[in-house]
Amino acid sequence: MRSSRWIAVVASASLLTVGVAACGSDDDDSGSGGGGDLSGTIRIDGSSTVAPLSEPVAELFMEENPDVRVTVGTSGTGGGFEKFCNGETDISDASRPIETDEEQACRQNGIETSQLTVANDALSVVVNPENPVTCMTVDQLVQVWGPNSEVDSWSQIDGLQPAYDAELTLFGPGTDSGTFDYFTEAINGEEGVQRSNYNNVGEDDNQTVTGVSGAPGGMGYFGFSFLQENEGKIKALEIDGGDGCVAPSAATVQNGTYVPLGRGLFIYPSAEALQRPEAQEFLQFYLDNVNDVAEQAGFISLTDAQMSKAQSQLDALLGEGGGEETTG
Amino acid sequence: MAPYDCPRSERARLATAGARATTVGSLNRQPGGDVLKGNVFLALLLLALAVSLLGLTAIIVQAAVNGAPAFSLGLFTDPPSSLAERAGFRPALIGTLYLIGGVILLIVPLGVGAAIYLEEYADGTRWWNRLVELNIQNLAGVPSIIYGILGLAFIVRGPLDLGFIVAAGSLTLGLLVLPTVILAAREAIRAVPPSIREGSLALGATRWQTIRRQVLPASVPGIATGVILAISRAIGETAPLLLVGATTFVTFNPSFFGDDGYSALPVLIFNYATRPQDEFRVLASAGVIVMLIVLLAMNAFAVWLRNRYEQQW
Amino acid sequence: MEARDAMGAFGTGAAGMPPRSLEAPSPRYGEKAIQGLLALCAAVSVATTTAIVVSLLVPTLSFFGEVPIFDFLFGTDWAPTFTPASFGALPVVVGTLSTTLWGMLVAVPVGLLSAIYLSEYASPRVRRVVKPVIEVLAGIPTVAIGIFALIFLSPTVERVLPFFVKVPPFSAGVAGLAIGLMIVPIIASISDDAMRAVPGGLREAAYGLGATRMKVATRVVFPAAISGIVASIVLAGSRAVGETMVVLLAAGASPNLTFDPGVSVQTMTAFIGTTATGDIATGTTTYDTIFAVGSLLFVMTLAMNMVAIRLVRRYREVYD
Repeated sequence: MRSSRWIAVVASASLLTVGVAACGSDDDDSGSGGGGDLSGTIRIDGSSTVAPLSEPVAELFMEENPDVRVTVGTSGTGGGFEKFCNGETDISDASRPIETDEEQACRQNGIETSQLTVANDALSVVVNPENPVTCMTVDQLVQVWGPNSEVDSWSQIDGLQPAYDAELTLFGPGTDSGTFDYFTEAINGEEGVQRSNYNNVGEDDNQTVTGVSGAPGGMGYFGFSFLQENEGKIKALEIDGGDGCVAPSAATVQNGTYVPLGRGLFIYPSAEALQRPEAQEFLQFYLDNVNDVAEQAGFISLTDAQMSKAQSQLDALLGEGGGEETTG
Repeated sequence: MAPYDCPRSERARLATAGARATTVGSLNRQPGGDVLKGNVFLALLLLALAVSLLGLTAIIVQAAVNGAPAFSLGLFTDPPSSLAERAGFRPALIGTLYLIGGVILLIVPLGVGAAIYLEEYADGTRWWNRLVELNIQNLAGVPSIIYGILGLAFIVRGPLDLGFIVAAGSLTLGLLVLPTVILAAREAIRAVPPSIREGSLALGATRWQTIRRQVLPASVPGIATGVILAISRAIGETAPLLLVGATTFVTFNPSFFGDDGYSALPVLIFNYATRPQDEFRVLASAGVIVMLIVLLAMNAFAVWLRNRYEQQW
Repeated sequence: MEARDAMGAFGTGAAGMPPRSLEAPSPRYGEKAIQGLLALCAAVSVATTTAIVVSLLVPTLSFFGEVPIFDFLFGTDWAPTFTPASFGALPVVVGTLSTTLWGMLVAVPVGLLSAIYLSEYASPRVRRVVKPVIEVLAGIPTVAIGIFALIFLSPTVERVLPFFVKVPPFSAGVAGLAIGLMIVPIIASISDDAMRAVPGGLREAAYGLGATRMKVATRVVFPAAISGIVASIVLAGSRAVGETMVVLLAAGASPNLTFDPGVSVQTMTAFIGTTATGDIATGTTTYDTIFAVGSLLFVMTLAMNMVAIRLVRRYREVYD
């Protein structure tokens, strides 16, 4: 008696809940106004550095094509490639180029892809505004960040002008970060090679800003978007990659003078996915909108030359008959 | 004085020794000093109580204050977005709902079944029954992230190989809270007096008939309370979900077996909290408010349930 | 009349009825089947434990094939994701112990004193309100507590003690404080139950001999409930050791080998959480580190829980 009433209550409550949820999702799927009649799912995964590009593009695309589902995962560049070469994803976000063994894995599984550069980034080395140093060479950076480095004061760095005496406090991202991978490869020559006694801020580069601005001898590194958002709190160093001191900026990255810390951000679409109309539309949409999105996200947009190269690579992947007309 | 050796247990012995020392001490001392010490002690106790209540309430208040600017109905209806003004929790809410649905489906039969077996059928002296009991007690204390590892190795990949889907998340969370349900159900079943069972058996009912028609209905409120407590725990668990895949950026409502990805409320809150922009931190606090409202409602329901249907034998 | 009929049904042969056998009319296979099914439900717990052990053990064994166990347990250089990798786990173990220590330093006095108040001083009305409130507060999700530590506790501590936190906003002390708040309900609730279970007679005897309330609480009830109280402390400690979200949000990711509360640390749970969701290729030694650390964590909490279970059983037995 009592127990059957219980069952009735619980059952109706859960039915109600499921009903509301189902109704909710129905409202979502049944076409909201105009937009294409494309449908399907596009799976993107990879670098969490590139995600701030892919996510807004996906959002905008889904607004115009409500029946297409685009999901963006952030398993990291390596994790993304692993899934991609396994055929589990359609597009791989990457903050570094694909490696040879990853390419082999893809080839073994019949996945054909091409590297599309979708934005530029300037990895910036930042210090406290009180710090008088304005420029460092790559060698000096290796002295500080190298795997066996014991440097704990600015005065211990060879050949630094002007002399500075503060205690060195280092901040940097965790080892999962694409920023970490790129910095270690560019400066120390091998990915993953770096001293391990620094202040690890994990995923939150904002903490690097907080840390460096709070310590006179602080030094850290992160992507260009954080530099732009926090001007005044921290100061970016000019980097001498062999041809003189160059400051990080959109111009110096685009003209290739900010070395070695200027980098490209890539997406790798699979040729197989591109046989689906919704994926074709999406990739074209990506290229058409990525420069706007890049500026908003704090990245550096593609030059015209880079854009047309990306477009021709996309066209090649699409094959003879699939090429879309470039709009705008 | 002959030793008064009646209390045999260690505990009672400690206590009576203390009582003896206390009395001797207080009989030899001035009463005034004791009053002062007593008051100081009471003040200390109240301070401790205040710290615990205030400290924990501060968590709720801070979330409310911080999250108020972003709190709106849009939180319930908007999907996540890279723009904080437009971001909401809807897919995560639905994801959590589905997860909990799956958890209920798993823990009610398994938990109640295990509890019935342990209370009604199991012979407590057999080694395998003792092993089961020991296991349940241990599992209740295993860190939640270990369940995440279990889920990753066995459910998402490994033998079950379900992939990163809602069903896998439900299974993982269900195993996590199963010991809670079993313990609560056992208490509820144990509370039914033996006379009820004996009367039923005496009238010719089989053991299972007795359980199904007498014991279970009487213990349903206690079991329901346990299930609700378990669900409350499952709603707030983040660590295992991080490992079994509830991390994708999804703007659509997930489905139970769909492998397009899913998200859950606490995971999305965590995601927002670690984003650089300040507006997302505010959003995370707003999400905490949402979650606390849901939990408060469930706990209130559990308390009402317990009070309403509690039977005095 | 009815009694006679009833007795007849039980085979005492009254009123000329044939004697009935007291055996069950059929072997009741259905009953056996149900019993078997229910036993299976109970066996799920054993299966879960086995699965946990297997999922941890296999990669851990492969890990110790590459990394000597002595280096792992006693090495002080923790850099498994760097190149060249180093696997000395002492920093993350100490990180866990540090946050747990600071948490217990907060939680034990606050929890025990609250429990004494609830059990010995509070009126039934106060108890009826406060105890459920504490239990509800115990249900606050850990991610909320972590956000509280990050957004509120950390800046507040910085403002009050400017040089305490060496590298804001992460520190073992702030994370420990938040964990401490989180586990206070465990200590308070279980200790309160333990103290309430002490028979009233002991208290009354002490009062009758002239003891003050404070004396009764501290010298009679507290020692009598000591095994339950210690159990609550050990359970709380085990919970603190296994906590993940608070440390992920507030303790940082730098594996510093220190108990200094002002320094950022990485705990075992934070390491697992960060690395398992990160970018490491499966099947490598670095990936297996997750399971090795997980095994260590599992063993630690298992030991603590077994101790607590023994103690709880002891205090329950005597009064039941």
